[in-house]
Amino acid sequence: MKTTRIKKWSSDYGWFIIVVILLVSIWQWVVNRGIIPAFILPSPSAIWGSLMDNREILFEEHLPATLNEVLIGFAISVTAGTLLGVGMHFSRPLEKVLYPFLVISQTIPLIAISPIFIMWFGYSIWSKIAVTILTAFFPIVVSTYDGLKTGGNEYRELLLTMGANRWTIFKKIQVPLALPSFLSGLKMSVVYCVVGATIGEWLGASEGLGYFSRRMSGSLQADAVFAAIFLLSSLGIILFLIISLLERQLLKNKSHI
Amino acid sequence: MLQINDLSFTFGPGKSVFEKISLDVKAGEFVSLIGSSGSGKSTLFKLVNGLLEPDQGEIVINDGKVTGKRLGSVGYMPQKDLLLPWRTVLDNVLLPLEVAKENKKVKLPEVREWLTRFGLADYEESFPNELSGGMRQRAAFLRTLMTGKELLLLDEPFGALDSMTKRTMHSWLLGLWGELQKTVLFITHDLEEAILLSDRIYVLKPDGIKEWKVNMPRPRSPELIYQEDFIRMRKELEWLIQHENN
Repeated sequence: MKTTRIKKWSSDYGWFIIVVILLVSIWQWVVNRGIIPAFILPSPSAIWGSLMDNREILFEEHLPATLNEVLIGFAISVTAGTLLGVGMHFSRPLEKVLYPFLVISQTIPLIAISPIFIMWFGYSIWSKIAVTILTAFFPIVVSTYDGLKTGGNEYRELLLTMGANRWTIFKKIQVPLALPSFLSGLKMSVVYCVVGATIGEWLGASEGLGYFSRRMSGSLQADAVFAAIFLLSSLGIILFLIISLLERQLLKNKSHI
Repeated sequence: MLQINDLSFTFGPGKSVFEKISLDVKAGEFVSLIGSSGSGKSTLFKLVNGLLEPDQGEIVINDGKVTGKRLGSVGYMPQKDLLLPWRTVLDNVLLPLEVAKENKKVKLPEVREWLTRFGLADYEESFPNELSGGMRQRAAFLRTLMTGKELLLLDEPFGALDSMTKRTMHSWLLGLWGELQKTVLFITHDLEEAILLSDRIYVLKPDGIKEWKVNMPRPRSPELIYQEDFIRMRKELEWLIQHENN
């Protein structure tokens, strides 16, 4: 059992890992040979060194600050997004009124609206969370709403003939049918949360990985900027994997579709 | 049990599906409804179970106890089995009980007994996609039965099965019929099946509906189809359908 799992894992990701190792090696070699100057592209070993040098402030101050914004932003996005999606599903007028607003909300360039958030919320955590929510709630609303719309009409009729009311049909048919779409939205959203929090921090903050990378780029410490990017990307990957795991658990029975 | 009087239904202007048709099904009867595709058999079922409303005429279920609101008053088995793919066989069969908010725990021994009788006892934890076509149909049929309704509307339950499986299902259903204590209205386009299973047959055609009685005692066995009487009846029924079409 275990060996087959390892085999499957290596057949899934083996090539990816080989390519990563190859790329990192080439990168290291190119910088070591001085083909690209280190202040433009620091070598992987220098990035790692910077990560280690700064590990205290990175892991004890900036990463927790960013994670905090991401988690609060994600929690609010999921709650509000799901409620909006369900509300739009149940009420046509609500859908007609809200849908254009949702789309408009996504056309606003974040950079342009961020100063307003800072005017409203100051340099507190809420200005960052506001940006996070603005980027992350849209996929939740759309995936919830679209998921609830997916087919199921025949199932719906069947339950109607059993005397089911709207709520029963919603619980027994529409929620299970919407779950795959909803979870896809969740995965997208959690990654957007990291992006949103970083942008928020770039525009005005006193802590967080976005703030750190901005400060470091100001003093031309490319290796530290890359270290922060590395951490942000890892954070996104880990959060994505957590949701994927949740998805796998929840959709165990769905694999039978 | 079921009485339909002068029923008319149209899908929009000029698209009349049927006009002033009447039929009745008595308690404990097995009645088949045959007709070519597009003759409105499935539509008639949706009118009876309340998914559609007639333009004219009346539908009386249980001696007028149900007239207006018919949803939830008959057991309906649609053409596709519509088993929920994310639920096990047992959970699918329990669905009508959940909808009716009945206590599942109390009913579980009874449901298990039915699963055994339906040959599904070893598959109660299986998912629909792990079942054969015949088993899926039986599970869907059992789910219909679990609605606890007296009148069952079965829309071509064996239509998608291969002839061997179909034969098995016929003998299984004929064997079960005595203890079911239900009333069935059954859609099929298989004449042999209709004669073998039914007490009476209604032929639905553009110009109206024709009733035809099957004079065969019960219990019946599937071997009947090879008897001369049976073949004669089949010819007669076929003639009735063809003749009226011209």
